[in-house]
Amino acid sequence: MSRLRMRRLQRLLEDPRGRWISLVVVIVLLSVLPFAIEASVGRTWVRILDLALLYTMLALGLNIVVGFAGLLDLGYVAFYAVGAYSYSLLASTHFGIHLPWWLLLPIGAATAAFFGVLLGAPTLRLRGDYLAIVTLGFGEIIRIVITNLNAPINITNGPQGINMVDPVTMGGVSFGKTSTLLGISFPGTHLHYYLLLVLTAITIFICTRLEDSRIGRAWVAIREDEIAAQAMGINTRNVKLLAFAMGATFGGVAGGLFASLQGFVSPESFQLWESITVLCMVVLGGMGHVSGVVLGALLLAILPELLRHTATPVQQQLFGKVILDPESLRLLLFGLALILVMLLRPAGLWPSRTRRRELTSARAPGTV
Amino acid sequence: MDIFLQQIVNGLVLGSVYALVALGYTMVYGILGLINFAHGEVVMVGALTALSVVNALMSAHVGVPAPVIGVAALIVALSVCMALGFLIERVAYRPLRRAPRLAPLITAIGVSIVLQTLAMMIWGRGYHTVPPIIAPTPHSFGGATITSVQILIIVVSALIMVGLLCLVHFTRLGRAMRATAENPVVAGLMGVNINRIISATFLIGSALAAVAGVLVSSNYGIAHYYMGFVLGLKAFTAAVLGGIGNLAGAMLGGLLLGLIESFGAGYIGQITDLCQFGFLLHASGEIAQRCSGNSSLPLFGSNYQDVFAFLVLVLVLVFRPTGLIGERVAERA
Repeated sequence: MSRLRMRRLQRLLEDPRGRWISLVVVIVLLSVLPFAIEASVGRTWVRILDLALLYTMLALGLNIVVGFAGLLDLGYVAFYAVGAYSYSLLASTHFGIHLPWWLLLPIGAATAAFFGVLLGAPTLRLRGDYLAIVTLGFGEIIRIVITNLNAPINITNGPQGINMVDPVTMGGVSFGKTSTLLGISFPGTHLHYYLLLVLTAITIFICTRLEDSRIGRAWVAIREDEIAAQAMGINTRNVKLLAFAMGATFGGVAGGLFASLQGFVSPESFQLWESITVLCMVVLGGMGHVSGVVLGALLLAILPELLRHTATPVQQQLFGKVILDPESLRLLLFGLALILVMLLRPAGLWPSRTRRRELTSARAPGTV
Repeated sequence: MDIFLQQIVNGLVLGSVYALVALGYTMVYGILGLINFAHGEVVMVGALTALSVVNALMSAHVGVPAPVIGVAALIVALSVCMALGFLIERVAYRPLRRAPRLAPLITAIGVSIVLQTLAMMIWGRGYHTVPPIIAPTPHSFGGATITSVQILIIVVSALIMVGLLCLVHFTRLGRAMRATAENPVVAGLMGVNINRIISATFLIGSALAAVAGVLVSSNYGIAHYYMGFVLGLKAFTAAVLGGIGNLAGAMLGGLLLGLIESFGAGYIGQITDLCQFGFLLHASGEIAQRCSGNSSLPLFGSNYQDVFAFLVLVLVLVFRPTGLIGERVAERA
């Protein structure tokens, strides 16, 4: 893009009317996106897009805990699992309960927030690295409990998971199957896309507002120097607990949507790697920077899928056989990305301005 | 067979392995104030390397005597793990020594993922059976049985721990390590080459991890690419239980955790058996029906074994963050 056009774009964005126009353009583009994708590369990619939006929500939630408040949470997937299971148990044939989604998402969010506080309360007095291990253990405990809670009383149906989860239904339109509205047929993946898009937009809005709020600044203060923050009159324990609960809330909502999208949940979906993946998104994008985290989440959700579709044929052509299956390749690249980003670009691909400033300054506080 | 005595034996065997791994965590933590997340993976690499050596020598049909195979496998595993530990510190931790705390923790997770994936690529996803180098002859005493492998595990770990304590307390290297742990800057001013001490710490820790890996895989008879993760977490728990940064603490914590786990797994079924609570039988017809006859209805079974370690970890951190015999304050913010 030429510099002149760039400047014209900037002027457009500065003018309030121009801002509205560009917002409308973006909304129109985003709403035709699933149809364009389906027409060009097929419906699987709309599903991948759905999952990418889901991961964006998760990453934004984790960003509150890791990015804003500086608390390393390695068991974030536990809240996702709690949300997904509380949705599935109350909206499936498993117990024969079928509650509506607008009730279930808040229930999932509240349950996840409750678990967030439950986990946070005993551990927040501790130093960061202890917290990391405890949250890691907590994530595993939740998974083990879900896997084993089918005996003596069958609650979670154990490793088999829960089938036939009700999809979100809005005004008589089920998101589980194709529906025709105004003469256009919308497959379930498209309907979920719109729902996820709206919720992701709300999440982004909440996060950006939080960042500049009193609480957001308190979180950043705690991240930078807990003792100084305390001296400034911040109730560090409550504010940290709030970060945990807020982060968990987003995880819980995302979990419920995941259950609705898949129509099926099992402990398999909530392994440690999911937590690590979400952490990678936050770290790669730029801890504490909302736009950076969104970028990181979209990148890391979509790139592995591209890899899956290209790595195997390319290897077959080059070596005549598949040396690295895409799943291992993905993990390997994630691991390397974590190391390299921390070594070379600790503030992430798209860092926030303050974060860049503090990380490039000679010495960070809190180190000996 | 006496179940109580048997659980003590099992707990001690498990605990000695935890203690060996926990020493690696605690030494690094004492000196760098860093949790070496990748330590569990080093144990895994040690186990799998030894396994490969054993398999190669056994299939060579040259009639190498079993003890020689065992020693050769141990030596190869030791050198691979030590090289790995040295490399991990150089690549992932040293450049970040002055960075914020979160940074080395994140690279550690990265290293752990990379090692696990590489191991999965080299050794595959499946479980490997470890050929018995030492015949697991059972010896019985007082109603419990202990195999010769288990005796070996307890003896070897005890010897190593005594050796390590002597090294740290009576040698020049040990004194330098203690000085660095106390205050790296002052130790540097006194002429201690800190980088060399840190490297030495990683080398020793990784050597212990290699031994632990070989011992644990020959005890259970299986090894797989995922074994390091849970083992590492539990060993870390053991280190915290004893007081992280404290060598004797890691040993005590390891043994205790082993005992807690084996007793927990052995008795939780009995303790949470719903049939022993009379009021439940009256309250619920279904429970009464399922308890009729001589059956039991445990609420939690031994498949919750892995949960104990985490519960212990949380409880210790809440009620006694310094560990049982630790002096260091957990919060050094």
